Amino acid sequence: MEVPILKQGDYLIASIQSALTDADLSQLREALVERVGRFRARGVIVDVTALDVMDSFAVRTLRDIAHMARLRGAETVIVGIQPEVAFAMVQLGLTLKGVATALDLEEGLAFLDRLKGGRIDVQPRAQRRIDHGR
Amino acid sequence: MADDVRVPITCDLDIVQARQKGRQLAADAGFTSGDQTVIAAAISEIARNILMYARAGEMTLSVVANGERHALEVVARDEGPGIRDVERAMQDGYSTSGGLGLGLPGARRLMDDFEVASSLGKGTTVTMRKWKRSNV
Repeated sequence: MEVPILKQGDYLIASIQSALTDADLSQLREALVERVGRFRARGVIVDVTALDVMDSFAVRTLRDIAHMARLRGAETVIVGIQPEVAFAMVQLGLTLKGVATALDLEEGLAFLDRLKGGRIDVQPRAQRRIDHGR
Repeated sequence: MADDVRVPITCDLDIVQARQKGRQLAADAGFTSGDQTVIAAAISEIARNILMYARAGEMTLSVVANGERHALEVVARDEGPGIRDVERAMQDGYSTSGGLGLGLPGARRLMDDFEVASSLGKGTTVTMRKWKRSNV
């Protein structure tokens, strides 16, 4: 099941609609990293509201997406982690260290807007310049 | 009591199938949605271990009873290489596959009962149970 990726302004929004296999998740990772370049995106939102489970593979893939997108000059926000999913993730020992999260799509967009406005500094400026230098 | 549900684990789609069937069985048995998620997550980790280490195996999901109490039981069997050091494999961050090494210890934290029987060259059986909380 391919995840639709929408472009909205400078942002890409991947909205997961149903349970994903490992192959689907890997495919989403490749697609997002490629499209950050193609659409010159500065922000990526991955909406996981529909995911009823996040296991170690899903979390690792989301983390990879965020780190790869950052290397291509875009910040990623994971939105919509459900309360039960968060509970199970913590029990499993899974963290999204170094990856921004927000409650829902609206908060995720607000986060990226603040980032663009320079009101949040996620990493040192010099580093950002290198990353954006494609 | 519902019949056992058997799920062959031979490809990554089967991981999704197994956890969805586990969640459904837990829902039918009256587990809270939080516990359903916990069970599904544990199934996902253990099913992935089967694929990663043994390439194929099978999961049996059932509801078992002990007097008044009910549990969802997952038995995951494979005929893979077995686990050389079960004690070590149960520790966080220990992996021989380049994974995160959270599968076994993570699943153990999620479930109430957790047993691993493994013999080198013959395979591994993981049995895990989540008991239904009676006062919810």
